[in-house]
Parts: sequence; structure tokens; C-alpha cells
Amino acid sequence: MIFESTHKLLQKYNKCPEEIRGGFATQTIERIQQITNNLRSKVNSTIIYCNFVEEDDCVFGQFASKVEDSFVFQLRKINYQLQEFSLITSGFYICDLSSIQNLIGRERYWDAPIYANTEMVLSLDAMPYFANSVLKIINSLLGRVKKCIILDLDNTIWGGVIGDDGIDNIQVGNFGIGKVFTEFQYWLKKLKQRGVVLAVCSKNSDDIAKDPFINHPEMVLRLTDIAIFIANWESKPENINTIQKKLNIGFDSMVFLDDNPYEREIVRQSFPDITIPDLPEDPALYLDFLASLNLFEVTSIANEDSQRTNYYQTQENFNSTLESFSNVNDFLKSINMCAVVRAFDTYSIPRVAQLSQRSNQFNLRTIRYTEEQLHSLLKSNEWFTLSFNLEDKFGDNGLIAAIILQRIDSFTLFIDSWFMSCRVLKRGMEDFIMNTIVNLARENGFEKIQGEYIQTEKNLIVKDLLSSLGFVLIPTSLWECKLIDYVERENHIKLKT
Amino acid sequence: MKRAEILSQIIDIISVILDENEIEINESTRLLDIDGWDSLSMIQIVVGIEKQFKIKFKSLEYNTWLLISDLIDAIESKQ
Repeated sequence: MIFESTHKLLQKYNKCPEEIRGGFATQTIERIQQITNNLRSKVNSTIIYCNFVEEDDCVFGQFASKVEDSFVFQLRKINYQLQEFSLITSGFYICDLSSIQNLIGRERYWDAPIYANTEMVLSLDAMPYFANSVLKIINSLLGRVKKCIILDLDNTIWGGVIGDDGIDNIQVGNFGIGKVFTEFQYWLKKLKQRGVVLAVCSKNSDDIAKDPFINHPEMVLRLTDIAIFIANWESKPENINTIQKKLNIGFDSMVFLDDNPYEREIVRQSFPDITIPDLPEDPALYLDFLASLNLFEVTSIANEDSQRTNYYQTQENFNSTLESFSNVNDFLKSINMCAVVRAFDTYSIPRVAQLSQRSNQFNLRTIRYTEEQLHSLLKSNEWFTLSFNLEDKFGDNGLIAAIILQRIDSFTLFIDSWFMSCRVLKRGMEDFIMNTIVNLARENGFEKIQGEYIQTEKNLIVKDLLSSLGFVLIPTSLWECKLIDYVERENHIKLKT
Repeated sequence: MKRAEILSQIIDIISVILDENEIEINESTRLLDIDGWDSLSMIQIVVGIEKQFKIKFKSLEYNTWLLISDLIDAIESKQ
């Protein structure tokens, strides 16, 4: 983690000869590049770089924006170019100090007497904000991200009560303080497009609750934006349990938004791990309040994110069709599953990195990989990689599993990582993947495959994965599978070439 | 505010920041002799006092304090 204060930067600028001040930003970015390269040549680590809070030396006043070699101009250019640099440098994240100062104000952020005495460039008040920002990046790198928002409807995403007021009288769009809810819905929609899944949990009749989503001209959110829609008169904890089962994600990755303190309390008591912000009473404050919590920190995005809601809807169709079959095998045969298998490449790496960071349950050893680290695997013949995309007659499930294999010696191949999206459990994917690993091992002349299960709080579902696939425990507490004994595992997934 | 009252408030602030319930402090205690006193706790205590008494110290003042009584003098002069 690298923190260089604006104040120190200003001192560098002050010493910079007048005629080259116009190039100060470029020079600073080059220096940051050098630091990054130096670090990277020695350690393969993630870098968190703090951007620069704004500090005006007031030499040019507001005219500074029009003077290229002013400090203010160069400072803003550095922050902008730092973003561009992080865009092309994987494993390089920016801790947005500048936004902390925007939030709490320069007067609270900077304490000149303290600085004079101690060289501390943040006030004590600013420290917790700073710590929190860094922690959020680290948490996100460790896979602790929010994946789903469960929404109440009445007085949460629109004003009024749909069952009482009717579709013409709920506040959204131009009616009443409707713009507040419209802006709130736009925010939710942007999160959905970024890959956060939206679910609805409302005490309403199903048809009445869905009516605005279908027929209200000014609703921003539509039914296609909602992965799971539950409106009935059951208790909210019961319905949230259903949502959790369908999405198959941890409660700690869920956020529950409801204007009603009573509902919030019931849900909180049932599921202490769900994040439940105490929304302000005034809906006009919802957005600012939620923004101040910054709940949706993320350190990787992939092209597939915008499709995530579709994937869950596909999954939902899958499940409801599954219920109508008495024999699971018949069902799996009928849905035309086919998988695309590839080594990692430039296109798949962002998604593989993300899956590595997000998968907590189906994850054999829970080693988190950044894009940078994945790229470096490709450069060495010690490593083999496999990514799996799955399609079926309900649609495309996207890239749902990845395998990283390590050559231990010329006989032994080790499963360094096996992580899979829980959307595709119980479809025979494990068997298909195991066959694929064995084929790869045989083609490369290996004689045995070894694996290891590292237990975490969340990955119990793969505790018996290796033994169920025919591995046996060997004295080193690793699991081993001899290729000569391996019997092809039956499944209903075809390889798509 | 009387000196004794200022002293008792200072003791409260110091004990919260140093996380010590029973500290023996009186006017003639040397700051450096307080258990757990270091540069960071010093800053926390200064900021804590500034907030509590709604005053602001000058940066040059910090280094002149030797005893708790100096601290009380500084607070009194700003009341």
C-alpha cells in the first residue's frame, strides 16, 4: 500500500523549476509507474495506491484551472492520469482519499497544528474514514462483496402503497416527490447492470405488486431487472430464506432495503449476517445515506456482470422445469447441456479472477487470484489452466468454473484451484470437469492427480468432493487419483468445440 | 471552570485514550511519566481536549508543556 500525501507532493512541486512545472503531472505518473515496476519485479503483490486530496495553494485563485503549470491543474491531472494508469495495470487499485475529503470537508480532513508538530497529514477525524476505505478494498479482494439487494416496494422504491393508492397514485417520476424514487431506481438499475442482483420481497398480492413494473410508464425498474420476485403475505424472513436458496449465495453478501423499521428488525433477528441499513425516514435522503455507506465496493468487473440477472432467471426456469421431472437424470438429458472448455486467455481472465474472488462455497482451496497473477500463470509451463462455459436449452450460463493445475514433477499434477459458481450445482458439471482434468493429465504424460481440500467457514459443500470423484487420502493428507485406475465419469454434458 | 474540574476532565480524557481506568495524575505529574504516554497518544489527548473544551491550541504550545499544570494553564488561558 502506497500513500503519498498531497502536502509532500506540493513540496516537490515547489522545488520544481518554474519552466518544467507544466510537466509535473506526467513526471509524477512516470515515477509511480517506476515504483510499480520495481515492486512488481521483486514481489508479486497487489498494490493499493492512494490518490491525492485536493489542496489549493491559491497562487492563481480560480484562474488556476486555466493555467496549465499551476499546482491545482497538475494535481487534478495526476488524479486523472492515476485512474488511467490503474485502468491498464491489473492488481493496481486506487484508494480514493480525494473522495473522503469531499465527504468530510477540507477543514476536518487537515489539521495544520497537528501536522506542524507531528508530520501527520491526516487529522484524527479522517483516520477512520481512511482505514475504512482501505479495509473495503481488501475485503473486496478477499471476496467479501455484496452480491444481492433485496428490495421492499411500497415507500422504498416508490412513494405510497400500491395496494391502497393504486398504480396512478404511487409516487415515481413526476408525481409528488416521485423524482426521489426515480433517481433511487436509476441507482439500483446501474448496480444491476454492474452485476449486483436485485430481488423483490414484498407483502402484497403478486399481480398488484408486479403491475407498476409492467404498466407504469415512469418506472425505471422492470420485471427483467429483478432476478427473483416474491410478493405474498408470508413473513419476510421466510421469503428471504427462499431467495437465499434460489440464489445460493451467503447471507453476508446480501443487503436488505426496507423503509419499515419493524420489518428490518425481524429480518435482522433472523439473519444477523445480512446488511440492513436503517434507511432515513425521509425518502429524499435514501440515496445520500446509502452512498455514504459505500456498500458496493468491488475490485474486479467482467463483461458477464451485466448478464448476471439473466443467468439467475435462466436458473429459475431450470429449477421450475426440474420440479416437473420425477427423474433428475431424464431431466438433465433433456436440457441439452454443452460446455466450452478453454485455457485461460486475455478474454476470460477478468471473469476468472472475479470468480476466484467471489466463490466462497464451491472452492476447494480458496486461493484468491488477481488478473495479474493469472496472467503470470500463462507464461510458465509449470501451470495448466481450464475455464468452463456452460449452455443449456434455457440459455447461456456464462463462465461458471475454472481449474488451475500445477506440475509437481513429471508424474504428478496438482489441483491448485477448483472454483465453480453455485448456480450450476447438481448438474454433473463436477464429473465433466474431472473427466476434462484427467484427459489433460493423460495428454501431458502424467500418471497421477493430487488434490487438497482446505476448509474455510463456507466451503463445506466441497469437503467430500475429491473422495466422491474417486480420490483416496494419502499420508501427506493430500488426495490422490491414479490415472490408470480412473473410470470415465458419466454425465450429460457435451463438449462444444 | 475551576482548575480541579479541568483536571478531572483531563483525567477522564486521558484514561479513555490510554484505556486505563485508574491513573494517578495530579497537577505536578510530568506528562512523560504517565504510563503509556507516547507521541500518538499525546496527539489523541490534545485533540480530545480541544473537542471537550471547544478550544484550539497553537502548534507552538504543544512543545512547551512539561507538567499537567502547564496543560491546565493553557486551557485556562483560552476559557
